[in-house]
Amino acid sequence: MARRAGIIGTGQTYHKSKRRDVNIVELIYEAVSSCLKDAELDIADIDAVIIGNMEHFEGVYNADLWAVDGTGAFGKHAIKITTGGTTGASVAHAGFYHIASGMFEAVLCIGWEKQSDGDTTAGLIFQSDPLFERATMSGAIGTFALAASEYMNKFGITEEQAAKVAVKNRGNALKNPYAHLRKAITVEDVLRSTPLAYPIKLLDMCPTSDGACAIIVASEEFARKKSPNKPAWFKALATRHDQPFNSDLPLLINMRSLQSAAKEAYAQAGIINPLKEIDVAEIYEPCTFAELSWYEALGFCELGGGGRLMDSGATEMSGELPVNPSGGVISTNCIGATALIRVAEAAMQVMGKAGEHQVPGAKIALATGFGGSFWTEITILEGD
Amino acid sequence: MPETGIELLEIKCPANYPYNYSAGKLLSFFFRALRDEKKIYGRKCSRCGKVYIPPRPACGPCFAPTNEWVEVGPEGILECFTVVYFSFLDPMTGKKRPVPYGYGLIKLDNASTRIQHFLSESDPKKLKVGMRVTAVFNEEREGKLSDIKWFKPVG
Repeated sequence: MARRAGIIGTGQTYHKSKRRDVNIVELIYEAVSSCLKDAELDIADIDAVIIGNMEHFEGVYNADLWAVDGTGAFGKHAIKITTGGTTGASVAHAGFYHIASGMFEAVLCIGWEKQSDGDTTAGLIFQSDPLFERATMSGAIGTFALAASEYMNKFGITEEQAAKVAVKNRGNALKNPYAHLRKAITVEDVLRSTPLAYPIKLLDMCPTSDGACAIIVASEEFARKKSPNKPAWFKALATRHDQPFNSDLPLLINMRSLQSAAKEAYAQAGIINPLKEIDVAEIYEPCTFAELSWYEALGFCELGGGGRLMDSGATEMSGELPVNPSGGVISTNCIGATALIRVAEAAMQVMGKAGEHQVPGAKIALATGFGGSFWTEITILEGD
Repeated sequence: MPETGIELLEIKCPANYPYNYSAGKLLSFFFRALRDEKKIYGRKCSRCGKVYIPPRPACGPCFAPTNEWVEVGPEGILECFTVVYFSFLDPMTGKKRPVPYGYGLIKLDNASTRIQHFLSESDPKKLKVGMRVTAVFNEEREGKLSDIKWFKPVG
């Protein structure tokens, strides 16, 4: 890996379905201010700003321009990155590449989404192919419903096993003051919740949230000189894109892109047994079935073993590898920020700054990003 | 989160922005065949032999050109399905899309990839992963995917 880079500060907004108290710029400013405060830095210390969100969700284009007074990018090197659901992870990776290049010392990375200004399902449909998939596509819910039907049929995964993911993650969210949905639920609640698209029910699925997240990525020299926080060092990162249509992918939910990215990231990090060697994971799980199948793709268990791993309790807070201590995407989902929140939460864990949802002694953390069509970004962070 | 206690405004700004897409050479052939012959064609990779639907100029993994039309379907296997119950805004009409409706990914005979399309059934009990389905064409066709009304179970 190139020049060493670490995360030295994180900030999030409070998340809810409608943050009517702020507009887009105010929302971003809230996350940026919180991040600078966490790192005890001034905007003058920052030499580049990278920002990302979903294209056209809010009907506001050139967000890097419109939000400049809230991002702190005035007079600085700044770029916008948008890669769909993976945007937040792409923003974090771009932060790493800026530092690794040796050309920058401290980069502010921002992800945001004000979903209540637009319509998320309509926005996602609008991003699918106009001539083939747009007529049938029904946002993330329908796509994961298709994937879950195949997953259940192929591996005998049950709706109860999937429901346990929601129970775990929503339970974890109770200890995260920034989580959007903070209410304990039971397996029965999930199974009896409103059917959205067979076999997905309301409580299997992530919410739509307004919110923003920011992190600061810095060089080792800058971190040692300026940061009061122990950095979360980038240990490995990998990105994989797949072919354009859902219908191109052989087994939707197991994500060949995630399997391939995990293999590369583990090779970079020297990880042989991820379940034992990784201390905490923040997985971008838009729905319950996805978390189960991605245990498999990430090599936490064998192919088809996601349900059994969930049943074993290994991914609970008290288990061998706690997954989504923050409450995950099932508890908070402001899409352009969602994958960056995974990186920020992973960083907070290895920095020892995760508060009530801290995994004691976490040293190695994994974060994933998910985007259409079944794209992956993986980040592995290491404590100082 | 701070409560402001002041009146917060939400200002409606609807937009209507029509687009027209060029189908290009390959998709024009594909949609003409749907319209004029009720036939479905895939496009074969010159290197790995994979038959793609939708047709495209190059195979992504090989990055080699596709060079042959292969007739696929009209029957195939339903490999994934869902029935959508929740109501949502359809950006193509600006209105709520009618629900419930079934759709799935169908592996057409002779194709290597699948096609995402509507199903005749909107009761999940009448659908099964692995069942055979066949394309039902509309009487009036206009050279769009919707010329296939839906796929229905065979037999």
